[in-house]
Amino acid sequence: MNDQEIKSTPLEALHVELGGKMVPFAGWNMPVQYTSNMDEHHAVREAVGIFDISHMGQFFLRGNGAEEWLNGILSNDVSKLAIGEAQYTFILNEQGGVIDDLIIYRFGDDQIFLVVNASMIDENFAWLNDHLAEGLTLTNESDAWAGMAVQGPDAEETYAKLIPERELPKRNGIDTWEHDNQKFIVCRTGYTGEDGFEIFVSADQGPSLFKKFVNAGAKPCGLGARDSLRLEVCYPLNGSDLSPQRTPVQAGLGFFCAIDKPFIGRDILKKQKEEGLKERLVAIKYTGKGPPPRAHYGVFTKDGDQIGELSSGVFSPTLKVGIAMGYLPVEFAKIGAEVDIDVRGRKFPAKVVKKPFYKKD
Amino acid sequence: MSLPENLKYTADHEWIALEGGLVTVGITDHAQEELTDIVFVELPEIGRVCEAEEGIAVVESVKAASDIYAPLAGEIVEVNNDLEADPALVNTDPHGKGWIFKMKVKDLADVDALMDADAYNSHIGGNS
Repeated sequence: MNDQEIKSTPLEALHVELGGKMVPFAGWNMPVQYTSNMDEHHAVREAVGIFDISHMGQFFLRGNGAEEWLNGILSNDVSKLAIGEAQYTFILNEQGGVIDDLIIYRFGDDQIFLVVNASMIDENFAWLNDHLAEGLTLTNESDAWAGMAVQGPDAEETYAKLIPERELPKRNGIDTWEHDNQKFIVCRTGYTGEDGFEIFVSADQGPSLFKKFVNAGAKPCGLGARDSLRLEVCYPLNGSDLSPQRTPVQAGLGFFCAIDKPFIGRDILKKQKEEGLKERLVAIKYTGKGPPPRAHYGVFTKDGDQIGELSSGVFSPTLKVGIAMGYLPVEFAKIGAEVDIDVRGRKFPAKVVKKPFYKKD
Repeated sequence: MSLPENLKYTADHEWIALEGGLVTVGITDHAQEELTDIVFVELPEIGRVCEAEEGIAVVESVKAASDIYAPLAGEIVEVNNDLEADPALVNTDPHGKGWIFKMKVKDLADVDALMDADAYNSHIGGNS
């Protein structure tokens, strides 16, 4: 992808003003960090941080029968999604592989809001439109919205300071309102394992709202901290831990696939659940010091045979040790299994551990 | 940013101090600021004989692994083992406790040919 194709979020100029180090990510010019990955990571675990999530895509589905149609497309059971709530789900291909993981929110009986991954906006939109049932409208409003995730134990307090007139929805809830002719969407969801919320406003209102949160104490955080935070709690990243070649069942996310109802890819998932898997996504933790594990590093048995590679890896700022995920043959995908991670030809001992690496008390 | 006048520098953002016939090597304050959050240093082996610009060590930040090159031809005689326990010394004291290795260089005259502080400052786009 060349520079001309790099897209800017409505918050780009503000990131630069705040000292953000900008890098291309999923086709967008995004801050990887402002001051330090570590400090930003700790701010979210201990206080509150704010991330630009404007690069993510926002679709609105409206029309009579929206639920029925979506239920045939997405892995999770949309009929169980109550108004004002969120649901994590997948778009799968015919082989059960992951096209995208997304969160859908129900505004009303026939109104569903979908938040999809940045790199998948165009592909998802085309794919959904190709399958769209008559009488439904699907709109891609990704460019109209600025989004920010405010995350950390102090997120609720920060919200109350700024928006005292409106209570934060409960966990996994969504709320929409208008103020001075401005529309707000707030969801009590996130990608860090902390309490927090994601808030969407019109693109032109984004910078001033982001600034208000920063002035209220939220530390601006980049993609680096976002990655280490999500990996500590084993949230998958599409394109790394999820791919069109792997199913959510292999990724350990079968809980979000309602195989008792028909949807694209269901038969393969059902078969995998019945017949068992050959490979599973596991959490792998260094047993000692070593260079930070990174995606694509080889995973070896103690006898020196390669059995897989890492899909994600990072030095955990909370646990102060290398943590990773990767698909391993089931005979090695057992808690306590000892493996070696190959870093530039040197082997570093690691163990398969229970997910997640970190859990809030 | 700290840029000691008594050190020599390379285009790869390493500093070199000459003391008693040995040179001590580390990464510059500018480099550690760019890398931020050093979490691992892979040290060279003592006794290793290397050519100038040969990759002999690795400094890893949260984001990426960066090669450290031998600034000059010579032999590695000492490494900073403190970095194994505390790699962040490279961030907190890049020109002091964050030194990486010491080497006996083939030809001490080569040290003079390296950049001085002013030249390095221009190299990183600073104003003198």
